[in-house]
Amino acid sequence: MKEKINWKEVLLQPIFKGNPVTVLVLGICSSLAVTVQLEGAMVMGLSVIIVTGLSSFVVSLLRNSIPNRIRIIVQLVVVALMVILVDQFLKAYMYSVSKALSVYVGLIITNCIVMGRIEAYALGNRPIPSLLDGLANGAGYALILVTVAFFRELLGSGTLFGVRIIPESFYAAGYMDNGLVILPPMALIILGLIVWVQRSIQKDLQEK
Amino acid sequence: MNTNGNTYTVIYSTVLVVLVAAILSFVAMSLQDKQNENVKMETISKVLTAAAESDPSVTIDETTNVMQMYADMVTAAFFVDGSGKNVESMELGKEDLNRIEVPTTADLKKQNDLLKKIDGGQTDLLGQLRLPVFIFDVNGTEIRVIPCYGAGLWGPIWGYLAVADDGRTIKGAIFDHKGETPGLGAKIAEPAFYDKFIDKAFSDADTKFAVVKGGNPEDQNTVDAISGATITSQALGKGINLWVKYYEPYLKTVAAAKTEKLLQQQAAASVQEDTAGEATINEEE
Repeated sequence: MKEKINWKEVLLQPIFKGNPVTVLVLGICSSLAVTVQLEGAMVMGLSVIIVTGLSSFVVSLLRNSIPNRIRIIVQLVVVALMVILVDQFLKAYMYSVSKALSVYVGLIITNCIVMGRIEAYALGNRPIPSLLDGLANGAGYALILVTVAFFRELLGSGTLFGVRIIPESFYAAGYMDNGLVILPPMALIILGLIVWVQRSIQKDLQEK
Repeated sequence: MNTNGNTYTVIYSTVLVVLVAAILSFVAMSLQDKQNENVKMETISKVLTAAAESDPSVTIDETTNVMQMYADMVTAAFFVDGSGKNVESMELGKEDLNRIEVPTTADLKKQNDLLKKIDGGQTDLLGQLRLPVFIFDVNGTEIRVIPCYGAGLWGPIWGYLAVADDGRTIKGAIFDHKGETPGLGAKIAEPAFYDKFIDKAFSDADTKFAVVKGGNPEDQNTVDAISGATITSQALGKGINLWVKYYEPYLKTVAAAKTEKLLQQQAAASVQEDTAGEATINEEE
């Protein structure tokens, strides 16, 4: 018996309507911590995409053989494997970014999105849809991360990817970078604004 | 097949864990060299940055080839023991950049443990010390870079101090840490903090240098601590103090060499003056 899969929904649902950060409110901690600079946010987003995608894929491959009683432990081992692999590769090939992200790469393992998608989707679906579901959820997370980082780096440091965007003449005329935006509370406020915008566009997300 | 039986569960978890361990060790081993090289590059860049702080015209950014710059600017790099004697040289990498030798933070930690033992009274270990010294030629000025190391709040903190040829004036400094609190202790790695060390100097007293709360910016031998990061600041001060104390024999020889050089120059200058004076007298005659 083959279930018909709505590919479009698998891929697009987690990015907009069911976004793990703004709708399910998962992975908030790291989205406050690593969004000071766009480059770091990009790499972090990419790492999460890879981890959610591959762990969902592997768990889905194993799903019929996993003993039910140690299900969570097996998932944890798989996720930990992916996270350590990503961390090791970053350390070897993107050392400065890996230093800037510090412990947060290792902490991807505690990101509820990863375990959440494995429990909710990968355990009951075939490997390829699970892979796509994982990738799409990671992408939903990455999208929010990059959006927040865009505003924080632009307003907080006047740069994007470390390149100066706001011209020197503005500073000469009395413009100042907003130091508050660099601090985590402002990330939460920007995140709140994104949720606000999303809910005013997608009215069915509003609670009655 | 019963996937809920005890035997199956035990075998399954054992196989899974062994498999994962094998993958991880294989990846870790194959990436080890590359990672070590990154760490080495970072150390070189830190040492170089400390030296370059002494001269605003020398800048280092992401596009700088730090290894090439290091090889161009370094004139000597060696280890001194507790009596200030040069006991071992480091490869400078003038011919081959890949052969540059720098001590790792693990080496610094080893020296730090030794220093603590010596400070606790085991002075017979003084001869075993291998304290690194890097000498740079920064646009004609001789700058020595020495490291320091200490235990911060959450993990090790370390840094490099650039010392002028009088053996006591700090011309540049840079610090790093393993995992101090972001926004508080982690500020030791920011220029706003370490730039405050420039033009300070080591004292002749027992406390060579200190990081103190409410420090007076005019005071030569202290730097103002970071508010909210008391333990990290104190640890940094203690670390610098401990290291400088055992670099002192070496730094004294540096200072002595400078004084001697100055005296010689003065002597040479006065001889010249004399002959010049005689010449004018002769003309008058």
